[in-house]
This record gives sequence, C-alpha cells and structure tokens, in this order.
Amino acid sequence: MRLSKTELILLGVAVLLAAGGFIAPQWLVFLLTMALAKAMVVQGVVMQMRAGLVTFGQGLFFCVGGYAVGMSGHFLDITDLAVLLLIGVGAAVLLAMLLGLLMTRYREIFFAMLSLAFSMILYGVLVKSSALGSTDGFNVKAWTLFGWTPASGQAPLALFVIIVACSALLAVLLHRYSRSSAGMMCEAIRENEVRVEYLGQSPRWVLYMNYVAAAAVSALGGGFMALSAGHIDPEMAYWITSGEFVFIALLGGTAHVAAPFIAAILFAVVRTYAIELVPHSWQMILGFTLLAIIVFLPKGLWSLFTGQARRAKA
Amino acid sequence: MMSLFAVLIDGTIYASWLFLVAAGLTVIYGVMRILNMAHGSFYAIGAYTAASLVGWYFNNGIGPVWAGYLLMLGCALVAGLIVGLIIERGLLRFMYGRDEVLMVIITYALLLVLEDTMKMIWGVNPYFAYQPYAEMGRSALAGLKVSNYDLMLVGVSAVLGLGLWLWLERTHQGKVLRAVIHDREVAMAMGVNVRRMFTLVFVLGTMLGTLAGALTAPAISVVPGMGVEIIVLAFAVVVIGGMGSIEGAAVGALLVGLSRAAAVHYAPEFELFVIYGVMALVLAVRPQGLFGRVLARKI
Repeated sequence: MRLSKTELILLGVAVLLAAGGFIAPQWLVFLLTMALAKAMVVQGVVMQMRAGLVTFGQGLFFCVGGYAVGMSGHFLDITDLAVLLLIGVGAAVLLAMLLGLLMTRYREIFFAMLSLAFSMILYGVLVKSSALGSTDGFNVKAWTLFGWTPASGQAPLALFVIIVACSALLAVLLHRYSRSSAGMMCEAIRENEVRVEYLGQSPRWVLYMNYVAAAAVSALGGGFMALSAGHIDPEMAYWITSGEFVFIALLGGTAHVAAPFIAAILFAVVRTYAIELVPHSWQMILGFTLLAIIVFLPKGLWSLFTGQARRAKA
Repeated sequence: MMSLFAVLIDGTIYASWLFLVAAGLTVIYGVMRILNMAHGSFYAIGAYTAASLVGWYFNNGIGPVWAGYLLMLGCALVAGLIVGLIIERGLLRFMYGRDEVLMVIITYALLLVLEDTMKMIWGVNPYFAYQPYAEMGRSALAGLKVSNYDLMLVGVSAVLGLGLWLWLERTHQGKVLRAVIHDREVAMAMGVNVRRMFTLVFVLGTMLGTLAGALTAPAISVVPGMGVEIIVLAFAVVVIGGMGSIEGAAVGALLVGLSRAAAVHYAPEFELFVIYGVMALVLAVRPQGLFGRVLARKI
C-alpha cells in the first residue's frame, strides 16, 4: 500500500499523539480518548454531509454501538475488546442496512426529521427497558485484549493507544474513500442529484452504501465511548447528543478528514474549561459559536488553514 | 369499555395540548419554510413567565381569581411578542434565503442560547403556579373524574384552531398569506410585502408558542429543559400532518394523542415508542405528511 503525503502526516501525528499519552496527565488522556470516540461519530455525520444530507439522529448508531458492546459484556460475558467492537459495528451495520432502505428515499429536511425519529424511537425503548437500567443505563465490564488483561492503572492509557491507532487507520481509509469514485459521487449528488442520474449512476445505491458505512464508523465511536467511560445510558440516542455531533461536524467542516478530529478535541477541551468557569452559559457559548461559524466560516475551521475563507471574500 | 372511554378522554386532552404546542411551529414553517427548533424555548419562556407572575399573583392574593387567568394569558402574549420581534428583527431576517436544513441548524443554535438565557433569568429551581388548575375543580364525566382545566384546554385548542383556519381561509390577509405559502416569488411579484408577512407570521408563531407554555404551566412544574423535551414531540405532530398545514397539525395531534393514550393504558412501556413510531410510519408511507403537498423534482 503506497501512502500519500497527507496519509503519512496523519500517521505521523497519530504516533506523536500516542507517544504523548505516556507523559500526559491521566485526565488529559481520558479527555482525548472521549474526544476521539466522539470524533468517529462525527465522521459518520460528515460522510453524510458531503452527500448533502444532514442527520439529526446519528446518536442512533452511537447508541447502538455502545449498547451492543455493553450488552455483549453483560449478557454474553465477552470481554475481548476487538470482538466487542466488532459486535458493536456489526449490529449497527445490520440496522443501517435495514433503515437505509427507507432513509435513502428522503432528502433535506425529511431526512433530518426521519433520522431524528428513529433515534428517538431507540431512546424511547431504552428509557422504558428496566432490564437495561432504564434512564440510568448500566456499567460496562472491564475489557481484555487477546487474552491480555490490563492492570488496573494501565487500562485508560492502553485504550488511548488503541483508539489513536484506530483513528489513524480510519482517517487513512476515509481519506481514500473521499477520493474514490463513490466518495466523489457523494459530492456530485449533493450538487445535483438529477444530473448524476443522467450520468447513468444510481444516487440511491451510492447513498445507501454511504449510509451504512457512516453507521459503522459511528458505532465504532459508540463502542469506544462505552469502553472508555465504562458506562452507557439512553442519553446517547437523545436528539441533543445528535445535535452535538452536527455542531462538531460544522465546527470542523467537511473539507478534510482531519477536521472532525481536530474539532472534537477542541470541543472537548473548551467544554471542560467552560463548564468549570461558567457552568450555566455553556450552551449559550455553543449557540453563539454555531451562529458565528454559519455566518463567517461556512466551511468550518478547516477553511482557516486552506485560506478558502480569505479567497472567498476577495 | 370503561378504559376505552378513558383512552378517548385522555387522548383528546393530550391531543389538544399537542395542537397548542404544534400550531405555532406549523404556521411558521408553512409561510417561512423555517423548521423552528427554538419553538420549544418559546414554549418554555411562556411557561416561565406565566408561572412566575401567576404564582406571585395568587400567593400574595393581589386580586380576584378571574384576573389571574387574564394575567396568565396576557403576560404570555406580551412575552411572545417581545421575544418574537427581537429574534426576527435581530437575527432571522439576515438569514432568509438560506437552505432549509441550515435554517434548522440556525434555530438549533438559537435554542441553545435561549435555554441558558432562561437559566440566567429564572434560575434552575422549579416554579409552580398550580392555582389556576386547582381553582377550577373537577367534574365527573360518565364516572371519570376529569379536571375542568383540562377540559377548558380542549375548548381553547379548538377555538384557536378554528380561528387560525378562518383567518387563513376567510380573510383577505389570510388569502395573501396563502399566496406566499404557495409561491413566494410570484406573491412578491404581485406586490405582496413578503418581508412584513414574515415578521407578522414569526411573531404570531412565537406568541402561539408562549401561549401554549403559559396554558401548560399550571398543570406541571416549570423546570429547565422542558422546552428541549417538547420540541421533538411537536415535530412529530407537524411532520405527521404535513409541515405547514393547520388541519394537518390538528389531525397529527389527534393521532399522536390517541395512540399515546392507548399506549399508556394498555402497554405503558411503549409510550414514547408509539409517538415516534407513528411519525416514522407516516413518513415512510407519505413523506410529505398527511396534508402536505408533493413537490416536483427540479434540476
């Protein structure tokens, strides 16, 4: 496999990040792990945004990934991290293959509403299932990897290294996907779907595959979230959670595969400080930032790096 | 048989409440094509205004009971007028013409800002204004004890819905408004001041939202986050009926209200599932909603 310059930079940053985990304080490692898990879900949102679809229900697959991991540990006594994550992704893929048949018939606001409805259905079911702890959710068991059980202090750092490695791999894959013909097709559909049909391509099929792939990526994030936080609750499927993912996606922009990762980390760091300093104004800061981005930086923070914002004004 | 009757009564009461909440949302979407996420906040603002003022009025025994009801409605309408004007003039008018989905995100930002603004004004402790609810007492309907306040809600909702319908269908202004709904650009070319219609409709929608909040306040405890909970419910109602249609919102509210009441009585664990299940089902069969218009695909 030949790597392009962008991919080498992505992998280099990942190695540095993982190495940094060994000297960083524990709270920072935990914060970064959570941020990367969320960034994976955001990647799913961005994948669909590139095709012109805004989902207000990506929390559905985030939640499915998390609950599949948690329930497999609880009811099936599976503790192997790789198997757990695979189950989480598999569950989301199955669900997405089913829902995708319906979802790909909708665009724009109807897509947003229907995705929201499905994630709220899951929320409604989970809140009422007492076997899964209702609104409180339940704790996720400690994980092992290929027979290795991390010592009590080691687990967060080990998980951090694993999630950094997964993120790097995912970034390279998504980077290639966005430059593949299917990825390019998504952008063409966003620009003009009818013309894509005239070219002899099936937008529905492209969007279907994209939907399923996005669900898999988001479920991976959900699985990591369950393992790192050690707890899951129905809030993962609530629409405010999905709104947060849309926020991070817009913050970063859709121009580059690294943007959601950077945006998610920035989001997590700012939130940590904001909640401490001004506990009741966090949402207000979010709201004003969102408005500012829409008005001044419609292509997200990433356009600051590429100079697109300046060129657009000139 | 008894429980079927109870389902009908509960369902109707819940449906009329849902209609109150959803009416403003559907009016704003119909004319302005803005699916307003901040509508939940308008509802919460109305509830907070009413709860704090009405609570103060009754606790200090300021005046007669009937004036308390007037105060409740009046303060909600004033609050809606002010909030609606500020938001439309101060923010939204700069955003017109943008993508519908982007407008959802803009109003989502607005919702976040308003949620914290409310926490700053009213704090995070709950407010109670139970007096208007308690004063009305209960009556027996075929052996069922039903609160008179809830029955009044059904009446208010019906009057409001009928009024809105008459305004849209039978007055000159309503006719102009329907022209805007049908084709904004042609209406503009015919000399309709669309901008002024937008201001009018947005303020009206906001006032409907705060009114719904104020009417709900006596029956619940007013707490932070109540607007966030309600908005998806209102979306469900509006989406089922067809976004922008008053009749649709009424039918959607009845559908959701009755099915929820049935779920609560026969299978309580499916309460939330039923509401969004109905929404997903209607969208799957008729994406434009029960009363929505089908749009042709354009190149």
